Amino acid sequence: MTWLAWRQFRTQAVAALVLLGAVAITLAVTRPGLVSSFQNVLYCKGVLACASARRGFFARDSLLRHLANALAVAVPALIGVFWGAPLIARELETGSFRLAWTQSVTRSRWMLVKLGVVGTASMLAAGLFSLAVTWWSSMYDQLQDSPFQQYDSRDIVLIGYAAFAFTLGVALGAILRRTLPAMAATFLVFFAVHITFSTWLRQRLLSPLHATSPFQWTSMGYQLGPPNPADWALGTEVVTPTGHALGQLGQGGSLFEGFQIHAGTLIFQGVGACRVKVPAESLRTGNISQAVQQACVASFHLRQVTTYQPASRYWTFQWIEMGLFIVLALLLAAASTWWVRRRLP
Amino acid sequence: MSTAVEACGLGKRYRQRWALSDCSLTVPTGHVIGLVGPNGAGKTTLLQLAVGLLAPSSGTIQVFGRPPATDAETLGRVGFVAQDTPNYSSLSVADHLRLGARLNPRWDGDAARHRIERLGLDPAQHAGKLSGGQRAQLALTMALAKRPDLLILDEPVASLDPLARREFLQVLMEDVAAHDLGVMLSSHLVADIERVCDYLIVLVDSRVQLSGDVDELLASHHRLIGPRDPEAQPPACQEVIDASHTERQTTLIVRSDGPVVDPAWTIEPTSLEDLVLAYMARGSGSHGSARASQAGAAT
Repeated sequence: MTWLAWRQFRTQAVAALVLLGAVAITLAVTRPGLVSSFQNVLYCKGVLACASARRGFFARDSLLRHLANALAVAVPALIGVFWGAPLIARELETGSFRLAWTQSVTRSRWMLVKLGVVGTASMLAAGLFSLAVTWWSSMYDQLQDSPFQQYDSRDIVLIGYAAFAFTLGVALGAILRRTLPAMAATFLVFFAVHITFSTWLRQRLLSPLHATSPFQWTSMGYQLGPPNPADWALGTEVVTPTGHALGQLGQGGSLFEGFQIHAGTLIFQGVGACRVKVPAESLRTGNISQAVQQACVASFHLRQVTTYQPASRYWTFQWIEMGLFIVLALLLAAASTWWVRRRLP
Repeated sequence: MSTAVEACGLGKRYRQRWALSDCSLTVPTGHVIGLVGPNGAGKTTLLQLAVGLLAPSSGTIQVFGRPPATDAETLGRVGFVAQDTPNYSSLSVADHLRLGARLNPRWDGDAARHRIERLGLDPAQHAGKLSGGQRAQLALTMALAKRPDLLILDEPVASLDPLARREFLQVLMEDVAAHDLGVMLSSHLVADIERVCDYLIVLVDSRVQLSGDVDELLASHHRLIGPRDPEAQPPACQEVIDASHTERQTTLIVRSDGPVVDPAWTIEPTSLEDLVLAYMARGSGSHGSARASQAGAAT
């Protein structure tokens, strides 16, 4: 049975190997240039020279970098669409299942071997691809603020995504019994799950940490962010000394609308009347100096609480997420084996 | 005589429609069994249930005393060629033989190669490029090389021209003789059935109308021809299967276990075709009731 599973998969495997080889060669050929450019960044002297070295490095192969990142996200989806969806659907469509299921091999074994051979190849392909991209991008990633910025196109999560996408395609192919609809459905469902995970679920996998610091109001606005720029900031809330939450600080900074003069007092909108002495001149003209504004805000003794996932949890997240997707993949594999045994044709 | 296939109250439903319902039959081993019936009688459904490609919606079916396709051994004892003789179009003829060898412990590789050679098939050719007849031959070759105890063929010759059909059946009969192989094949061409089968099952509307050894069936059925006379009674103790009338004469197909002697009628043996048509007409004319009762064969 392994022979048949491999024989049917051979053409696709060769195609994938060629693609993987092309990517690996492209990355290997361009990397020495990146290394020398990166040296300039590491050993630069002077602010201007360093800024220019950085610009030079980031401009280098930027198209290839975006392409590699996009491809890393796409590879698991492609595996699901082109390897997973047709695995059963094609057999059902062409009628060849009637040949396969009347040999001296039970349907369960037929399913398990097919799932095993192509599933292993899927994880291997995604793993190798991820390895190549992660290796090639390592210098860019060092200059990024946070490793979480490239989280889902690096390292081991791609293996989990590939296993999930593959079994998702198999299951949808077995249920829909048509290759093309199964391919389309696999693509849509995979990205729906992927987006749900990256925008909503991932940050909830581990309970986040909180960092409290005094609320700073400067001419630039307020200070945002976790203690370490490499951390993954989830949000910042402003609280009063009594613990009353005023609201989330967003990118637009719409929580505080600024200052207003009302009945001869200066009001920090959304918080209250300033407890500092304001020059009468300012109150009359409405022209409040920066120093007065800062003093006013400071008088409230506000604190900002930043919710974040520390950078040190990067690998924990990678392992958990890969594990979760592999568990999902195993569930889908079991479900599609059951479906093929009990519900088909 | 032992039993190859036994169905009891077997039914298969597709959504609201029953393709086969309440079908009971016993198929003995060591015969070449012809399954005939009009289109839509449930032949394909019955055969697919027998090889485990379909699961029954009601009732049971057993092959060699076990539910079909539940384990590798039962699968290995039953060969099957589906109506559309499916294969893997991207695999070559040689790959198909390799597939058979890998997936069947009882595979007879020499026989398979020999047959492919004799058929003049190019082992390197992709199965997708074969003609309908060649595909059928490849499928039969695979099913035979599996060395099953029972070979089930669903309309095996439907896609073949008359010459290829004869060759196909000839090849089949050689193997039946050489390997003590039981065969169950469906067809609506009685001529083919007549040429190769020694056991007949007539299936109409899921019901077995007739089942038995061909020679015994022919011996126990007679064609009676007499003048048309509404008053005339058929000879006593005869079961009238079918009656047809022209202006001047009446033709009856009757069943009788003993010899028929009645001067009022001219008595002739029936052909298998007449017999099949008589039972098919009877089966489709009246459902259920006493007349559709299984004409129990002398088995």
